[in-house]
Parts: sequence; structure tokens; C-alpha cells
Amino acid sequence: MSIYESTVPTTSAFNTADYKPQLVKGVESVLVIGSGGLSIGQAGEFDYSGSQAIKALKEANKRTILINPNIATNQTSHALADEIYYLPVTPEYITYIIERERPDAILLTFGGQTGLNCGVALDKMGVLEKYNVKVLGTPIKTLETSEDRDLFAQALKEINIPTAESFACETIDDALIAAERVGYPVIVRSAYALGGLGSGFANNELEMKQLAAQALSLSPQILVEKSLKGWKEVEYEVVRDRVGNCITVCNMENFDPLGVHTGDSIVFAPSQTLSDEEFHMLRTAAIKIIRHLGVVGECNVQYALQPDGLDYRVIEVNARLSRSSALASKATGYPLAYTAAKIALGYTLPELPNPVTKTTVANFEPSLDYIVAKIPRWDLAKFQHVNRNVGSAMKSVGEVMAIGRNFEEAFQKAIRQIDPSFLGFQGSDEFGDDLDEVLANPTDRRWLALGQALIYEGYSVEKVHELSKVDAWFLHKCMNMVEMYKELDAVNSLEALDKELLMRAKKMGFSDKQIAISINKNTEGKVQELDVRKYRKSFGITPFVKKIDTLAAEFPANTNYLYTTYNATKNDVEFDDKGMLVLGSGVYRIGSSVEFDWCAVNTARALRESGKKTVMINYNPETVSTDFDEVDRLYFEELSFERVMDIYELENSEGCIISVGGQLPQNIALKLQDDGAKILGTNPIDIDRAENRHKFSSILDSIGVDQPEWSELSSVVEAEEFSNRVGYPVLIRPSYVLSGAAMSVVNSEDELLTKLTNASDVSPDHPVVISKFIEGAQEIDVDAVAYNGEVLVHAISEHVENAGVHSGDATLILPPQSLSQEIKDRLYDIAKKVAKAWKITGPYNMQIIKDDRNEGTTLKVIECNIRASRSFPFVSKVLGCNFIDAAVKAFIGEDVPKPVNLMDQKYPYVATKVPQFSFTRLAGADPFLGVEMASTGEVASFGKDALESYWTAMQSTMNFNVPLPPSGILFGGDLSKDYLGQVSGLVAGLGFKVYVTSEATKAYLEKFVPSDCAVVIIEFPKNDKRKLRELFQHYDIKAVFNLAAKRAESLEDVDYVMRRNAIDFALPLFNEPLTALLFAKALTQKVGEKLKILESTDVIVPPEVLTWHEWIGQRPM
Amino acid sequence: MAPQFVKATFQIENGPSHEGISFGAQQSAAGEAVFTTSLVGYPESMTDPSYKGQILVFTQPLIGNYGVPSGEIRDEFNLLKYYESPSVHVVGIVVAEYAWKYSHWTAVQSLSEWCIKEGVAAITGVDTRSVVQYLREQGSSLGRIVVDDGKPAPAYVDTMKERLVAKVSTKQPYYISGANGAATANIAVIDCGVKENIVRCLAERGANVTVFPHDYPVQDVAQQFDGVFISNGPGDPSLCTPTVEVLKVLLQDPKFERLPIFGICMGHQLLAIAAGASAIKMKYGNRAHNIPALDLTTGQCHITSQNHGYAIDADTLPENGFKPYFVNLNDGSNEGIIHTSKPIFSTQFHPEAKGGPMDSAVLFDKFFDNIAAYQKVKSSSAKTTVAFEVPVQTMATERVL
Repeated sequence: MSIYESTVPTTSAFNTADYKPQLVKGVESVLVIGSGGLSIGQAGEFDYSGSQAIKALKEANKRTILINPNIATNQTSHALADEIYYLPVTPEYITYIIERERPDAILLTFGGQTGLNCGVALDKMGVLEKYNVKVLGTPIKTLETSEDRDLFAQALKEINIPTAESFACETIDDALIAAERVGYPVIVRSAYALGGLGSGFANNELEMKQLAAQALSLSPQILVEKSLKGWKEVEYEVVRDRVGNCITVCNMENFDPLGVHTGDSIVFAPSQTLSDEEFHMLRTAAIKIIRHLGVVGECNVQYALQPDGLDYRVIEVNARLSRSSALASKATGYPLAYTAAKIALGYTLPELPNPVTKTTVANFEPSLDYIVAKIPRWDLAKFQHVNRNVGSAMKSVGEVMAIGRNFEEAFQKAIRQIDPSFLGFQGSDEFGDDLDEVLANPTDRRWLALGQALIYEGYSVEKVHELSKVDAWFLHKCMNMVEMYKELDAVNSLEALDKELLMRAKKMGFSDKQIAISINKNTEGKVQELDVRKYRKSFGITPFVKKIDTLAAEFPANTNYLYTTYNATKNDVEFDDKGMLVLGSGVYRIGSSVEFDWCAVNTARALRESGKKTVMINYNPETVSTDFDEVDRLYFEELSFERVMDIYELENSEGCIISVGGQLPQNIALKLQDDGAKILGTNPIDIDRAENRHKFSSILDSIGVDQPEWSELSSVVEAEEFSNRVGYPVLIRPSYVLSGAAMSVVNSEDELLTKLTNASDVSPDHPVVISKFIEGAQEIDVDAVAYNGEVLVHAISEHVENAGVHSGDATLILPPQSLSQEIKDRLYDIAKKVAKAWKITGPYNMQIIKDDRNEGTTLKVIECNIRASRSFPFVSKVLGCNFIDAAVKAFIGEDVPKPVNLMDQKYPYVATKVPQFSFTRLAGADPFLGVEMASTGEVASFGKDALESYWTAMQSTMNFNVPLPPSGILFGGDLSKDYLGQVSGLVAGLGFKVYVTSEATKAYLEKFVPSDCAVVIIEFPKNDKRKLRELFQHYDIKAVFNLAAKRAESLEDVDYVMRRNAIDFALPLFNEPLTALLFAKALTQKVGEKLKILESTDVIVPPEVLTWHEWIGQRPM
Repeated sequence: MAPQFVKATFQIENGPSHEGISFGAQQSAAGEAVFTTSLVGYPESMTDPSYKGQILVFTQPLIGNYGVPSGEIRDEFNLLKYYESPSVHVVGIVVAEYAWKYSHWTAVQSLSEWCIKEGVAAITGVDTRSVVQYLREQGSSLGRIVVDDGKPAPAYVDTMKERLVAKVSTKQPYYISGANGAATANIAVIDCGVKENIVRCLAERGANVTVFPHDYPVQDVAQQFDGVFISNGPGDPSLCTPTVEVLKVLLQDPKFERLPIFGICMGHQLLAIAAGASAIKMKYGNRAHNIPALDLTTGQCHITSQNHGYAIDADTLPENGFKPYFVNLNDGSNEGIIHTSKPIFSTQFHPEAKGGPMDSAVLFDKFFDNIAAYQKVKSSSAKTTVAFEVPVQTMATERVL
């Protein structure tokens, strides 16, 4: 039975007098399922889609209840949702919320795979029926069909749409037989897995055995299909309403042919190499598919297309908002998630206006008069032992989108957006003899290999195509850039660069810096980026601004969605706003993600509330800050000095905010100011005094604030002397680092010599500083906002892990539970001194170590960033005080709030923020915490005390299943301290079985566990995944505590194998002593209650299930 | 080194001028400047007779990517597989970024090579978005592509004043045998500049198709057919008097009361004019693949392919007989008419696509349903049946130009 009363279209949309949308009846409150912590395969795009859905529901006057423990998101804000639960997105907790809230309806398709899986489970459990909750939009049955490969293949067979032949297998033997039948090479996929988790290719029986074993460990069912490597990969985003009106909003073509997961592929929109025949053959099929499946809302169809014929296969259908739909939405300007939510309520496409033009209807297909490039961002270098090949399982952590009027312009912009260290289309000499291999078997660096082959190694387009199967059209376009390089290389001075060539280079997306370097290449010349800028402006060569209006200018559109291009002769807009520039965070990567988008969005909102015009610059398609209704003008553009300055000058901007988008905008602040831009907030010269390690440490000394002993390093001899004096371990780091890149702890003199070379390579412009690395001390985060050097607000969060774990990977507790008021006052004092010394106006963050090693307690500042930090949304939401709002008032000097000490007040709750890791996706990577940040996201939950909030927060991390007695727990790792023993003592007392893999561990643990508890040694087959899996099943192992003292040296390391397999078998892993202990304590407090609740036939709602406003007693933000 | 390019200029009468590079024939061209927002399908558009004499501006900036397929290959109906007519009808094209290298399995030549062979002027490097904004504000304008060939620039010409249909229509009737000899119906097509795919859409559904010149007295043979189709075509419908006169007879003579008629684009306009409605010249026309047309009889919305500069003013439709069938949801313009009692309907948009979306291909099925009903009536009253005696076997098997 459909919830929609009618599936017959009406003409009421046309005849406005009769306009009577037939909406779903009896829906006043809607539960929206969020996607949880950001992880590989499920990232910021769901903040965007959820936020748009909530906006659409609000417009329709629905009460919205949101469940999402991702506290850094924009959607978890009362500006959007009416009620917010920071709770695990699991069928269990959603049931508690349904019991409490009794919502009329539920939205399942805006929270990624997590939301969808929960919906299917809730339906199976009968919860939706029991509480009479209507599923808005695409019905459950359709979701199930699209997710189950067998049902899906059947459904498509019914309408004669070809899918890749596929066999569902539940055992390894079946999988091997299926592989024989379809013929190698084959691809293996797991059902119900996001981002292609557990998928892969096998070329022979041996590879197939390993792959099937791994995939079956993650999913009860796997699918074996013929590999279509080398075919084109094309996607369509399709929308259907309840009466069967369909549109395809966008199609996209992957630069990487089939074989690379679409999330890991370079993608262009619209498709570029498809003829009308191919384009519409696939479009027609997409519409046929979603009509047949009965999607009501948005859907994504992925195809493999024969490169030399009209054969095609459907690879996948996602009957929900997805990463691709976010990209399509940003690429076209069509608000897909918003429209999908409206459709879910019962509106039909002709009844909805095109929100961009406002004069036309939503029932149309955007026409693009530009080209969009998307490139994924990987952070694989941060992990040890990780396999760098990209294939059918997604590994990237973020993506960028660039817009141009030609391929070269869009592609080069996108490349620079990935990382400012890239100049544009370029090569890399890292491949050596492996060049052909990398071209044929892609890694995250393939585009560089391609550049190397075409620019430097003289490969022909044909040869590169032969190896990579990348369509020759793309390669020919790359050759245009190769030719341009040759022309520029032949120019040996700026004066010799003629206007025509310069213009052509700019039209091809060459940056000023790229041009400068090319000119310098064959000469002793020292042409700088700024020289080229000045020179080009002297010819009047500046970029033009164009609108993204969904209709290729066919109708006038008052849109504010903009990009710049040199391939134009006229601007689409006038520049009389003098808006404030807000620089966004750029690509999501480890160390910088949705939390900075929250900061940017809140900055823009606060500015607008103060009556200021706003101009956002950002290029991340997964963000809310790039939604057209958040700011007065949105430039989907590079955050480079060149482009930001271009826009600043074009817009005659009144000022530029550089301190809310993380480190990226911060890095260009000084340059912008030197070139005449007005930077709001702390002077970039002062910011530099904090970024530069030497200046920073000197100032701390001068204001009497403690810090670990430090020294600036200018020679190896000096470094050795210093390190020997303060004693190992020491921390070495270059300046200007984010997320601890190239920062490392050195334990010995030998290590120092090796590491030093690495660090120097990273940043030759900034000298390396060495400081004493303090072990076993507590770390504290201080977030604050100041105005003219006076602290307005501050928050003190304590870390659970000791110093040494990167603060981005740390568990934060707020308000702090173990700090005395005296310590808190001393921390406040440090915050005040720092604000004054750096003349701070705006946000800043410090990491401080509480050192109890000697008599008394010293507080040592180890890090200070004069910008918003990743914990700003967390502290703002926990304390109920929007730090960004305060910062913006400080920036503009209007309505600046009175200073207030938020940390001498009592709070009847505790919130804990825990990291979300994505080790599952990074095959082989050692799950180990260190000074290099490894987490991809975070979640936070409230509780009456630290244990309750930690307990809930841990369950909020993805796929975390609480181990329940009498299951088994496997112990291993560092035996030199008491932690592992204490943990085992606590959990053994709860009735868990205790397993170890060595005599030594057994002997050690027996000193801690109760005498009646047996410590059992199990034989650990290190290299046989299948036996390991059987072993874990046999002993019913449901959690692993492996306290790692250091990274694994080899893949044979038993602790590494234990940690890695915990991840591969989707078991909770505790690898750090203090969090392990905290969780063990939480178990002792909460497991009894949990067992009682789970065993009860009635729904008992546990005490942690409260809304945000119930916890903090107000509805801020 | 960069290739040596020939400069060219795209000029709009009393409007802006754009410098660019020529990639087509070494000759200047003048005509009405129109734009299309379609993303794909430049070979289809350029060979569409409806574009006769026009300069076509593409808003999709990257053109030429997949080269140009063969104009020789024919399908099982002897229709051109990749072209919509045997030659290019636009006199010039304006693009933002021409792809000098193409890549596609069907391509036999580059777009540049094709333009040179076909004598079509082509210019790249133009800010086509600003051209569209100008045309959108000013309305249809005359334009010219001036290639730097030393000769004086050609005068602006308003081809809309010319009887373009006569130029593109077949000169003699021709015959396409449908459905591999197992055809079940005979359809007469009045050719105002018919696209190959329209004929294909009829033939593959089981009809033998006889295509008549636009001014052929089809009323004399119409009784022998199971249905009449009026095709798309270029230019001003008010200049197509001969066809309108034919249609008036078909609409008015009681002996054609049950004859199924279907018209597309120009065919739609001529049918409406014959019924008494009038056509208006639109400000800048609709040329796109993304236009929503709402079916006023069902409420279903189709995404349609369009190419027209004139439209029927629905308010002028006579009270009795025809009603609006489709309406354009973007600008409210008429997209089709349907007779309230006879099996007659027509659409402004192109259900045959090529290029563009195929959502509305069901209208051909509707035409065939009407035909089947008509055949049933005819067979039940044998005395009124007129034998099919059109000498199709002696006719040409492709259009005669």
C-alpha cells in the first residue's frame, strides 16, 4: 500500500487556480535519519542533503526530529531541526526515539547507506508498522530491491535492462564456482555495503580465495560478476515523483574507466565523449529503471558503457541521496535533496518551482554551459602498510569540484584544489620504472603518472590510452596543456611573454605561479607569481564571472551561484555589493572536514544577521557552505591567493575572513594582506607569529607561559645535542602543519637522523623545531574567542588519551571532569595572556599539557592556532554558546558580547566527542594512534556523567556493536604497564571470556582477573584470513583490546594482525590504554542495564536518550 | 607549436561582435542567429532541415568531442543511420571551445573536416553565453560569421522571409518499405523537411511510408492511406500556403473524418493554421533538449526536444474541434493540439528526438493506435474502402533533392 493517495498525475500545476498539491495526509512530525560520523564512503555530502531535506520540511511546516551524533554538522542545529538527538544511528536507538517522539513519518534516504540500512532493519523488525510510522519517499520495498543484488538483477531483467551477470554466494566454494562460470577477471561485491566495502577484483583462483574470504567476513552474501574493466563509466541522477514524472538532472562521465570506484574516480559533468545516441540510450534506460522500481525521490544509476559499441550494463542503482547526487546538485545548481524531500511529501515535479530561476518549474533538465571536474582526495600517505591501489573499494576521504568553460580550465583548477602544492596538470618523477604499471593499475597518484608520461616521457596519446584505457579525448585535451607547457618553457623572461600566449595560457587554466615556474625553468630567472599577476593585469587580463543558472542562460535567473573563467568576454553580474569574503575550508581531508564547514556557514549567517553582504568562496561539493541559499554570493572557486585576490578585487570587498576555514585560508592570509586585502580579525602578521615555531616559542617565553623545552634546528649536530640534553623522546616538526603531517616522535638518535631528512624535505622554507615530547601527561584543548586581545569566551576540554595522540584523534570531554577550578583558572589565565600577546580578535585554539611529573602541576602550551579549530562546533553546542557568532561580532566590532567565564559554571551533563576511524576501508592499514591524525570524522553524545556520554558516543561510531557477556574478548599488546590488566579485570568480572594469544599475556593477565576466570590461549593463524575468521566465530570474540605501544614493524607482528583483524571482522577495537579503561568502566556501569533493555519485550528507553535541548536546557543556534 | 589559425568574427546585426578562430569552410556566412542549449547531438542538429539557413550557436561549450559519424551508412529502411538528412542545413555554427581532436568509435571525420566539406562556416572561441544573453534580451537577430578570407563581409540575410520548406522538401515522392516487408499500414508523409528518424519511427512500428513533397495534392490519395503525417520543417509557417490548403481539405472533407493525422513541429503549426489558428514568431524560439511539456489530457510531464522559432497562439484555436494538447511549463507556449472527436493531434516538440530525450516517443504509438482503429472501421465497412494503388514500387527509395 502506498502512502500516496494518488499515483495519477493532474494538471493542477499548470492551472494555478486549481493548484492543489495532494500531500501525504496525517504527517505533522518527521524523523530524519542522519548518517553519523564522517567516514570514507559516507562523508559531508549527507550534511548537505540532510540540511536541504530539513529546509524543505520546515517550509512545509513539519516538525522535524533529527538523529545524528555528528555534532560538527550544520544539520544538527536548531536553525534547522526542531529536535536533535546526538545518538547512535542504529535501529536500536531509532526505536527508542520513535517510542519517545511518536513521529508520523520517517525520512530514510538522506542519511546515506546508514540511514537506508536502518530503515530496512526497522521495517523487518516491525517497528515502523507497530508505531504506524509512514516511510516518506521511496518505499522500503524499492530500497530492498535496489540493495539486494539478486532481487535487483531480477527486477531489471523484467524490463530487459542488462546488468552485469551476477551470482550471489554465501560461501567461498560457491564464490569460486561462480567465478569459473562468469570467467576471470571477476569483480566481487558485498551486498548492503557502502562505498563498495569488501569489494575487489580477482584475476585467478588464488586471488579469488583471499578476496572472497575477506568479503564474506563483512557481509553474509557476496556477488561475483564478470569484470568490465576498460569500459566507460557513466552515471545519471534521476528524479521521479509519485505520479511518474521523471527527469535526469545530470549525467557524469568518469575519466577513469570502469574498475575504479566512482568515489575514487576523476569525474566530468556533463559527459563529454558520448554521442546523442549513447547519452539518450542510457538516459531512457535510467528512467525506465526508476519507474519500474518505483522510486519516489532521487536515485542514481551507474552504467558501464562499451567504449566501441552500444552495449552497456547497469552496475548499480542507489535509491537514495548519494555522493554523486551531491556532486550533481552542485554541478548543475539543481537542489536535488531539497526537491527529493518535497517529492517525498507528495508534491509532483510540475508543481514545484525551479528554485534557481524561480520563473520556471522543477520539472526540467539542467543544461550546462560549462564543464565540471571532480577529483577525489586521498590521504593514504598517512597510513602504514596501506595498499595504494585504487579499485572497486573506495579509499578517498574527500573530493573537490571545479568549474570551467573548457576541460583544461576545470581540470587544472581541480588539481590545485586537491592540494595547493600541485601547480596544475603536472608530472612526478616518483614512478621510475613503474610508470607503465601505475598507468595500467591505478593508484591514488595515477593522474600524476599520466602527466609524467605525456609531459616528460614523450608517451603518445595512443600509448597512454593503451595502458590506462582513459578515453583518448581526455588525453588529447591533456596534450593541449603539454603543448602549452612547451610554449611557456620557451619563454625565458616575463617581457618575452606576449599577451596572446599569456591569454591562451590563462584560458587553459594555468595559474600565475605555474606560468612563473615555466618561465624560470630554462633560465636563472626568478619570476614570481606576483610578477606574473602584475604583468597580466597590465594587459587587462583578469577572469570573468559567470553564473550557474541551470538553463544555460536561456531564461533570466537571479542566481548568486558563480564561478570565474578566462574563456569569456563579459561578466554575468555587477559588483556593487562590497560583500565580506568568507573563505571556506576546501576539500575534506584527514584533519579538516565538516567542522570547518559549520564554522564557515555560521560565519556567513552571523554576518547576514548583522546586515552584512556575504561572499563565500569554497570548492567542496560536499558542503552546506556551497548551498546557494546560505550566502549572498557563492563563488565555487579555488582558495588560492590568486583566485581569492581576483574575487576580492572584482567584488570591491570590504574585508576577508580567513580564520574560520581551517588551515587552508590561513596559509594565504599574509599574502592577501600584503597585496592590499583587508583581513578581518587578528592581523596575519600576528597569526604568522604563532605559525612560525621560533617566533611562537619566543613569545611564550616572554609572557611567562610554560612550554616543553624547545629549540630551533639549524644543524644536525645541534639537534643531537639538544635531544640528548632534554632526553628522548623528542618531537620534531616543521611549521605550518595541519593534522600533524610530517610531525614525528623520535625515540633515539638513529631515528632522529632519518626523520630529520624527511622533515627538512617537507618544508625547506620553514626551519624545523625540536621540542621535548612529554609522555604520560594529560592533554587539554582550549578553544576561545577574543576581541582586541581580550578573551570573550573560552572552553576547556580534557583529553582522555594522554599527550602523544593527535588531538584530532583524541576523545574530548566537556565540561572537564578531572580538572580542579584552580587548574581551570590557570588555563583561563594562559588563554588571556596568549590573546593579549598575539592581539587576537576572533577565534583561537590551544593545546596544553598538564605536566605532573615534577612537583606541582605545570601547564605547558604545545600548540596554538589563531583560527577556529575542529572543536568549535563541539564546544559551542555543548556549552550552548555559539563561539563563531562571538567571533564574527569581534571581527566586525559590532555588538561584541561582554567577556564571560563559561568554565566556572556548573553543567548538569557531560558531553564526549570521540573520533570516527575508517580503517575498515584502508586495507592493511595499521589501526594505531600517534602524532599523525588518522580519524576521518567524529561523533559526540551527552550523558549524565563521563561514563554515560562515552558509552553512548562509542556506540555512535559506525558499526560499533557493544560486546555483551558471555561472549569472548581478545587481549594483547603492551604488557609493560598495568592498563591491559586493569581492563581485563573489569570485563572478566562481567562474565566475558578472556582470550590471549601468548603465554606471556596469559601470565600477565592472570594477576588481574578474578581467580575463577580462565585466561585461554588461542592458536593464532596469522596468514590465513579464513581460519582467523572461523576462530573468531568459534570463540565468539566480540571485542579486541590490543594496547599498542608502537606501530607494527612488519605484517607478521601478532599485535598488528590482531588489531587489523578486529577491523576486518568489524569488531570493536581498543588500542589505547585510557580509552580502553574508560570503556571497560562504562561497560561495568551500563552493560547490566543494556542487557535488561534488550531482553525486555517492552521498549524501555535508556536514560541517555534525551534531545539536545533537554540536556542543555535551551535551544541555541 | 600552436597551429596557425584563421581568424573569424561572429557579428550580430546592430549588436555585439565576437572574435574567434575559424574551424570550418573558408567562406563567410549569414543567416538568422539562433541558439540551442542541447548538450549532445550536433550532427543531428546540423543535418536537421528545420535549421535551414540559420547560424546555430551552441551553449554547450565543448563541441566536436566525438567527431562526425558517417553520412553513408544506412539502416534496414534505407534511412541514414547517423544523419537526419543527407546534408548540413545550418550555414554556420558558433561554439565556445572546438575540440580539435575527437574520439569516438562512430566518427569518420572531425567536425572541422565536415564543415569544410559541406561549406559551413564555423567559429570557436566565442563567449556563447553572452551571445545567448543578448539574443534572449533582444530577440531573434540576424548574424554572420565573417571569415578572414580577404573578401567583403556578406550582407545580413533574413532567411525567414524565404520559402525554406520548398528548399528542403523532397522534389518527388519516395517510398520506404517498413518492418522488413511485414508492414501493416500505409502512411503518407507530407515532407516540409522531414528528419530521417521520423520516417524511421513510422517504419519501425510497422508502416510503409510514402513521403510526398510539401505541395503535393495529398488529398487526392489520402483515402488510400491509413494515416497522414505532416513533418517538421524550417521557416515561417505562414509561407507554407500549399500545404495548409491540402490540410484544410483533409480537415474539412467529411470523407477524411476518421483519417488519423499526426503533425510534428512545422507540421503541428500548419495543422493548427489549417484549423483556423494563427502562428506567432517567438522572441527567440525554443531550441533545447530539456523543455517540460505538460500533457493537458493526463497531467503527465514529458521532457522534450525542441527546435522552433514560431509557435501557435492557443487562444486563436477555433472553439469547436481542437483543444490545446500540451503546454510548455517554462514559458506557457502551446506545445500541441488535439481534436476533440477526430483522431488528429500534433506536437510542437519532437517525439522522434534525434537529438534529445525519447520520453514522448509514445505519441507515435498513439498515432498507430489511431491507425489500427481506423483500419478496423475500414475493414468493417468494405464498400468505403479505397484500394491502395499508389505506385510505390516505381518511386525513389530516398529523398529526391
